[in-house]
Amino acid sequence: MPTANYGEKVMTLVFWLAAFLITAILAVIIGYIVVKGFSVLSLDFIFTPPSRAGKEGGISTTIVSTLYLVLGSLLIAVPVGVASAVYLEEYARKNSRFAYIVNLTAETLAGIPSIVFGLFGFVFFVIFLGWGWSILSGAMTMAIMILPTITRTSQEAILAVPREYRENSLALGASKWQTIRKIVLPSALPGIATGIILSIGRAVGETAALLLTAGSSLGMPMSITDPARTMAVHLYILAMEGISLERAFGTAFVIIVLILIINYAAHYGMRRLSALGR
Amino acid sequence: MNSIKIRSHNLNVFYGPFQALYDINMDIESNKVTALIGPSGCGKSTFLRSINRLNELIDGVRIEGQIYIDEKPIYARDVDVVALRKKVGMVFQKPSAFPMSIYENVAYGPRIHGIKDRRVLDEIVEKSLKAANLWNEVKDRLKAPATGLSGGQQQRLVIARVLAVNPEVILMDEPASALDPISTAKLEELIAELRCNYTIVIVTHNMQQAARVSDYTGFFLNGRLIEYNRTEELFVNPRDKRTEDYITGRFG
Repeated sequence: MPTANYGEKVMTLVFWLAAFLITAILAVIIGYIVVKGFSVLSLDFIFTPPSRAGKEGGISTTIVSTLYLVLGSLLIAVPVGVASAVYLEEYARKNSRFAYIVNLTAETLAGIPSIVFGLFGFVFFVIFLGWGWSILSGAMTMAIMILPTITRTSQEAILAVPREYRENSLALGASKWQTIRKIVLPSALPGIATGIILSIGRAVGETAALLLTAGSSLGMPMSITDPARTMAVHLYILAMEGISLERAFGTAFVIIVLILIINYAAHYGMRRLSALGR
Repeated sequence: MNSIKIRSHNLNVFYGPFQALYDINMDIESNKVTALIGPSGCGKSTFLRSINRLNELIDGVRIEGQIYIDEKPIYARDVDVVALRKKVGMVFQKPSAFPMSIYENVAYGPRIHGIKDRRVLDEIVEKSLKAANLWNEVKDRLKAPATGLSGGQQQRLVIARVLAVNPEVILMDEPASALDPISTAKLEELIAELRCNYTIVIVTHNMQQAARVSDYTGFFLNGRLIEYNRTEELFVNPRDKRTEDYITGRFG
């Protein structure tokens, strides 16, 4: 049938175009950012602190602030998220009321817009606890924001570990905790890593919530109680207040490169880690 | 001299409202292979999993009656389940090597039970792999991922892993059902060798296999032990009509 053949060709083209579009969009965005920000991109841009509100100088302090905030929020959210996932999947009884409520809470938290977390963080950490605009307030707020993602992805990763592994381990006389530590968590590691990488992306890109909780100080943060401006916040202020569009684009480029590096490092690190268990 | 290794006394097992086993009384001899046959869902695996208390992992399970190993009740309050499972190893239906190296798979049990000395572990790994007839196939790639082994090799690796904790009883839950005929033959050969040193209880769907590997056979139907006898006796002269119908292929 010629019509069937024709339809086949058209649809193949449609699917190909859809797939091509993704690559094209990425290429255009990165190309645009590079072209626009090229004039400011240099090693100096990365290694010198901003001056005159960012009109001159580089973005070194915002890179450091971003890394502190990401690291801080992960340090809080990863242990809590993975531990709660272990509880929900390994210890809680099926049909447990508590597990149901925790799952529901995690889902609801995941759906709350970041600015609402920002508002909460501002009122609770910054004002009520008196931590001020600081790395600490910002990291706590970000931790709450990424917690549902980490919990959910860890739960899925733990659930995907074959039941046979657990039974075999227990039948060898291992305790439940030994089984989780030596078999379940190592097997779930790649899945958990995916959740962490997603969270890092979210934290690096977050603007509004951090503006409210970590502040927008351009100084180099020397302790967790110092305020800090992340690259995303810096980009926002540079563009919004018309300080320097070139520098905004330069900052955007560094953000993208940083995310790529973090993703690659996380993948590589996880592969090394699970290879060690092998 | 024959001696009884495992004795089940009026064992009843319930999953919620469903009763899976009814009054199982069964004496299993030391250093013999005992096969459990019967149609799917008749309680063979439930009985097997009662012997190492793996049934307890299921929510809502209730166990009445008692199982004695070496005349000691395993469902008593002061029983250490870890020690019990060390003594009673288990091989499951689906060959499942842990996602780690061949060496680490075998060393897993001994490490869990506190052996750290590398030389002792090396020795246990070699001895166990040899006893499981796998040593020659893997000795040059002990550090390779075990998940790369074939199904039959993985099943023998699982047996090596069980042997490494030095059990007295080995429970096998349809160990050959996922294997090809050649791997199955190798596994049966291994079972024949292991019987000298271990008490083996094997659940199988395959009656020829039961006839080939076992000394005693028990026939389960709908949660009851219908007939239990020496294997030749049970297959040649079944006393119960239902046993006869089953082994001649009239149902199941």
